[in-house]
Amino acid sequence: MKLNTPASPHVHGDTTVRKMMLRVLLALIPAIIAYSWFFGWGLLINATIAVVTALGCEYLMLKLRERPVNFFLTDGSVVVTAVLLAFCIPPLAPWWLTVLGAAFAVIVAKHLYGGLGYNPFNPAMAGYVVLLISFPRDMSIWLPPFILSELDFSLPATLNAVFLGVFPTGYTLDALSAATPLDLIKTQLSIDVTIAETKSAHAIFGDFGGIGWEWIGNWIFLGGVWLIYKKVISWHIPAAVLGSLFTVALIFYLKDADHYASPMFHVFSGAAMLGAFFIATDPVSAATTPMGRIVYGIGIGILTYVIRVWGGYPDGIGFAVLLMNLAAPTIDYYTQPRVYGHKRS
Amino acid sequence: MMRRLYNFAGGVRLKEHKRESTSSPVGRTQLPQKIILPLHQHIGVPAKPIVNAGERVLKGQVVAEAGNNISAPIHASTSGTVLAIEDHPIAHPSGLPARCIIIKTDGKDEAAGGYGAPCDTSALTQEQLNAAIKQAGIVGLGGAGFPTYLKLANEAKKITTLILNGVECEPYITCDQMLMRGHSADIVRGLVIMQRALGIKRAIIAIENNKPKELELMQEAIYEAGTPDMELVQVPTVYPAGGEKQLIQTLTGKEVPSQGLPMDIGIVCHNVGTTYAIYRAIAFNEPLISRYITIAGSVAKAQVLDVLIGTPVSHLIEQCGGNRKTLSRVIMGGPMMGFALHDDEAPVVKTTNCILVNSVISDVPLPSRSNFSLPCIRCGACADACPVGLLPQQLYWYARARDFDKVQDYNLFDCIECGCCDYVCPSQIPLVQYYRYAKTAIWQQENEKTLSDISRQRHEFHKFRQEREKQERELRHKQKRQAVDGASTQDNKKAAIQAAMERVRRKREHSDVTPKNIDNLTEQQQKLIEEADARRKKKLEELKPEKITINTSGRESE
Repeated sequence: MKLNTPASPHVHGDTTVRKMMLRVLLALIPAIIAYSWFFGWGLLINATIAVVTALGCEYLMLKLRERPVNFFLTDGSVVVTAVLLAFCIPPLAPWWLTVLGAAFAVIVAKHLYGGLGYNPFNPAMAGYVVLLISFPRDMSIWLPPFILSELDFSLPATLNAVFLGVFPTGYTLDALSAATPLDLIKTQLSIDVTIAETKSAHAIFGDFGGIGWEWIGNWIFLGGVWLIYKKVISWHIPAAVLGSLFTVALIFYLKDADHYASPMFHVFSGAAMLGAFFIATDPVSAATTPMGRIVYGIGIGILTYVIRVWGGYPDGIGFAVLLMNLAAPTIDYYTQPRVYGHKRS
Repeated sequence: MMRRLYNFAGGVRLKEHKRESTSSPVGRTQLPQKIILPLHQHIGVPAKPIVNAGERVLKGQVVAEAGNNISAPIHASTSGTVLAIEDHPIAHPSGLPARCIIIKTDGKDEAAGGYGAPCDTSALTQEQLNAAIKQAGIVGLGGAGFPTYLKLANEAKKITTLILNGVECEPYITCDQMLMRGHSADIVRGLVIMQRALGIKRAIIAIENNKPKELELMQEAIYEAGTPDMELVQVPTVYPAGGEKQLIQTLTGKEVPSQGLPMDIGIVCHNVGTTYAIYRAIAFNEPLISRYITIAGSVAKAQVLDVLIGTPVSHLIEQCGGNRKTLSRVIMGGPMMGFALHDDEAPVVKTTNCILVNSVISDVPLPSRSNFSLPCIRCGACADACPVGLLPQQLYWYARARDFDKVQDYNLFDCIECGCCDYVCPSQIPLVQYYRYAKTAIWQQENEKTLSDISRQRHEFHKFRQEREKQERELRHKQKRQAVDGASTQDNKKAAIQAAMERVRRKREHSDVTPKNIDNLTEQQQKLIEEADARRKKKLEELKPEKITINTSGRESE
């Protein structure tokens, strides 16, 4: 009689990569609904395009690399990458922009570096930054909230806009679009309009950030907290990103409120919330020690602020994440926890 | 007063599966046909057999004596005849057989003289207690099997605290729990003996908070024994709270130094099973020949049995209603740190606490690892679970890359192989296997290095010896020469030569033999010689160099 002799441990917990990825997607659902409520069908269309492209590229790369296709294709990681990328692309952006970004994320940023677990950069952010640098105009045409519902911009109309670039008679993309709050403050400051003046002159500002954006931020925050509760992500990175962004913004805000936006505005604007809970926490490219995660998160928070306030782009999360990705191995090396029985230093 | 507890880092919460085997009382095993006693059941050197095949042995009789100071004797678990002393399958991860004493039982269960006789323990001195514990073959019954008397020696007075480990944190294992349920008073008596052997007062008894019944029983036993120095502490149910290092941390906040022993911080830990065995050995002169073992998993009746050491595992499985023909996996120990047996004919040993059975028909609900693992996604769940504070993901990375220097920089050898990292890994990577592999490879490298160091030293000594011998030889020669030189001056030499010539001359004069040399030649002989000389000369002329022509300018003339 032959007995099986596997090595210990003989039991395993029920967490799997697929389950983690599914939970990340679940946590994004409230934010997706909120986003669609304020900005129309665009995100869902972009997400669908991105997911289909990403799965196709994943399949292709797994075939080329002679990896077990079904096994990796169903781990869910590529879907998360695609959905996060879709969040960063304007709602009425042409379809090929999304396809390009998703393909770059999966083929170059993920598979050319060795696939799942080996990519030094966050694939979604790599795809986003490539689009932002290559097509800055297309990537900065955002919509004001509710404009599409006011105009009765239905799903077929949105599809027409995304795939054919055709808009209802009398409208152009430029006419529909409006600057985001971050962008607006930045451009107005450059022509010496104070923040208070900008806010009172434009109706897009809500309580903290922009109307709509702050609500999406709320839902992302709740989804993120649920992920922490479910132990899919640890609290260190989101707390460090938001905490450092808030602190730095507070210091400058207290110094000069006319030229520096409030800390709450920074936290609830742009991709700060999404970046803190869903992008910077991508485990593969982030720092992995508890202390390292905090350092890594602080780095992202500060860099985001620096790029937003003094850089050339209205938002800085994408660049900040990629820059800190570069530093992650070094951070890990210098933040090893003390091991049991070793001297406290 | 409540003791302040310190949480150790990490750990995991596991499904306990303890109710099945604790719902019925402890059973006795039917006597097996054969008892198989491996000579190596403890840490240290194997025991040396002192019986021969064919010899009749009695229950409690020593059949193998301690190999040296770090070893333990082995006793016959029942009466019978020694069949053989030979290699037999044993419970070892390698699956390699080892030397065992095999006894055919005779069913009489006849005990050796003095076995089971109550003794007065109060008169025994520290040394006598220790000697008796050593002679009873008691080793750590919690799993490691370190000879117990070594952990009860306290001549240097370094040990100040005795911790009694009743935590039993692995799922399924319940033997210590059932022992505390049935013999709480004996355990307290055993603890008193240990306190006396160590010459200390302070003792802490730790029990996990999922065993309230046993906690209460122990509390009563302490109260009845009137031993106020014993402190009973309830610790949280987190795996691996029962690990020695983790338990010490939980109770005292102190950490055992890396690569060190609890003794280094004045603490010694013993298992409740060991304590009970000590009580039986000292108070009733019963050496360690049986212990409680949990049989659980795919058996009709999971329960704790009082098992004779040396009983084949298959015998226990059958007794609990398991089907030997459908076995798929038999684990000795718990599901987290136990190892799978290669053969169910292997006997239980002193350190066996649990037999966990899997069958192909009704597999125990063990959610086991899938056969494929995804790459590490560096999620850090392993680092959060590690009770030692290691970075398992980095260890894995370097172990896989065979970077053995780096893996040691990340403190591989502080890993206790508890399996927490492996359990929580979402990529289902067999992490512990990688660490075992790396440890083994490093040990092997170090062995090889030691061997090459030895041979290099040998070679260097060889060279040194050759050099030394050469010098010695030269010295000897020099001394001899000096001895000769010192005796003769220049005049002496001349005189010696003179004397020698004189001797030769005298010898010649007195000799009858005419020497056949060139002094007295006949004319004919002279002539022959001259002819021969002429011929030789002629031949030489012919061979003169100028007659040999060597064409050195051949090429140029062409």
